[in-house]
Amino acid sequence: MLRFLTRRAIGAVLTLVIIAAVTFFLFFAVPADPARLACGKACPPELLEQARHNLGLDQPLFAQFTAWLTGIFAGRDYAGLGHCPAPCLGYSFVNRAPVLETILDRLPVTVSLTIGAAVIFLLFGVATGIVAALNQGRPLDKITSVSSLVGSSLQIYFVGTLALYFLVYENQILARPQYLPFTEDPLAWAAGLTLPWVVLSIIFTAGYTRMTRSTMVEQLGEDYVRTARAKGMKARSVTLRFALRGTLTTVITIFGVDLGALIGGAIITETTFGLQGLGRLSINAVTDSDLPVLMATVLVAAGAIIVFNIVVDALYAFIDPRVRLN
Amino acid sequence: MTIPMPAVTEHGGAPAPKAPETVGRSPGRLMWLRFRRDRTGMASAGIVLFFFLVAALAPAISSVYGKDPYTLYGQDAPGLLNEYGYPVLPNGGISSEFWFGIEPALGRDVFMQLVYGIRTSLLIAAAATVLIVVIGIVLGIVAGYAGGRTDYTIGRVIDITLSFPATLFIIAFMPVVENLFVSPDEETPVWLRAVTLVIMLSAFQWAGLARLLRGQVLSLREREFVEAARVTGASPARIVFKELLPNLWTPILVQATLLLPALVTAETALSFLGVGMIEPIPDWGRMFLRGTQVYQSDITYLIFPGAALVIFVIAFNLLGDSVRDAFDPKIKR
Repeated sequence: MLRFLTRRAIGAVLTLVIIAAVTFFLFFAVPADPARLACGKACPPELLEQARHNLGLDQPLFAQFTAWLTGIFAGRDYAGLGHCPAPCLGYSFVNRAPVLETILDRLPVTVSLTIGAAVIFLLFGVATGIVAALNQGRPLDKITSVSSLVGSSLQIYFVGTLALYFLVYENQILARPQYLPFTEDPLAWAAGLTLPWVVLSIIFTAGYTRMTRSTMVEQLGEDYVRTARAKGMKARSVTLRFALRGTLTTVITIFGVDLGALIGGAIITETTFGLQGLGRLSINAVTDSDLPVLMATVLVAAGAIIVFNIVVDALYAFIDPRVRLN
Repeated sequence: MTIPMPAVTEHGGAPAPKAPETVGRSPGRLMWLRFRRDRTGMASAGIVLFFFLVAALAPAISSVYGKDPYTLYGQDAPGLLNEYGYPVLPNGGISSEFWFGIEPALGRDVFMQLVYGIRTSLLIAAAATVLIVVIGIVLGIVAGYAGGRTDYTIGRVIDITLSFPATLFIIAFMPVVENLFVSPDEETPVWLRAVTLVIMLSAFQWAGLARLLRGQVLSLREREFVEAARVTGASPARIVFKELLPNLWTPILVQATLLLPALVTAETALSFLGVGMIEPIPDWGRMFLRGTQVYQSDITYLIFPGAALVIFVIAFNLLGDSVRDAFDPKIKR
């Protein structure tokens, strides 16, 4: 188990380094004037000069990359602007602050949004999938499959805005979406995020319903399930202890992918509901032309995807011992 | 569906049963036969075709309807927009003259924007689909057929591509492209944005298809007919084009029908986020963006692109399912 995980972890670190390198070279070697891109649209000339000097643009590209990479582990000094302590993901000349500060400031919004929605769509999706599989071919199954087809075809910016209009502005049924720290007032935190959670769940539930249903139908036809039934086991135990366990591995795989993608920035959801998370940060960075922030958000998002890949692998190996042996 | 075996097992007894309509028909013909019987499939194919026709015939529709998507009707003629820039008539200014209403502030015709908007999305999505399919086929077949180090290298590139946060990267990379090709005092040319979108959308989507095709090629490579071809001295090119490729069209077509709607929504999403198509080219994503800005005063403007996109995506997803079922009746959902 440990060897399996170590191997995966090393592979993940390598992938992350390659992604960092590719991103770095695309962002700093391709543009005609990286300093202008990094400094922002309303950049005063003296700051532009400082940015050029601090990014080391007069040095060879590889030296720029190693300086940036060592900054992540050892911190880095930006002459005339201050020190950026490790892990230093860069310095935003637009905000005049280390990028990491901004990212850590925005991360709780995205994490809150993701966790709340994930709990809803995972539980609801798996539950409806099981119900559909147990009622295969009956009206309940058909209703589920039609609604999950519609659900997966909806767009957050459309449904979300309709929900905002009808539930918040016209009828005041739900609170206006906003982020309040969980530590200050958990109830207000949940109230402010209810609408985004529900809308995000509508889009995501469908995938889980379909996946759970099809795998469950497959599992219910397996020999070991039939054996369990034949020896007189209760229907509920057969479903929950045998068929569901086999279904979980597939569900966990997509769940890991979805979580990784969402933590990296639920860009459309955050834009629709005006939540200032990581996704919104990247959009603002495009508008302001803030290259260091953009690069850091790409890296954080890639990191999230890769970390959740490893978590999925570990869970996989935990649920299904055959994985470890291969 | 059973394909009858030659009547060897029936020892002289009853005459062989009358051959069903599946005998002696090409796989493509069989697929069409099965597809025609699928009512949902035919209906959704009709809707999808309708969208394509609207996109293709947009100029004709425009001349019959008598308006274009660029003219600022609301600003040219008084009495259409009120002092805040919203349509005077209820429901977004729907009238016999403006079927779907008028855009707030700019006063353009919503129906025309919608019709021409399909064009933009479909063209970009179709171009990206073609590019993805070509890259996917080439790399998938090369990896699967060559094996060894080539396979390993392509496999790792696919892994890394799939670990990239695609949407975020496209958003982040847009300013870099602008900086490279457009000097600060110039406007971004439309063609540059369109080409960038096509390339960026393709750059991340080919990996899934390539991985799928690689797996298919790996198993096909060991089959007898490929071995037979190799033994008879067929060149690798012949094996790839005459033996492997004909067997890959099914997964390719199925994947392409699933890719196109996904790319349409991806393009729409990018425009909604402000990094997609630029003015004055009509675009659904920008209609959504404008719709989310004005929805508190004029919700109608959001409804039309929203409903159109939902219908399009549902129809295309149903079509994809039906195509898959028609090709591969063994898979029952």
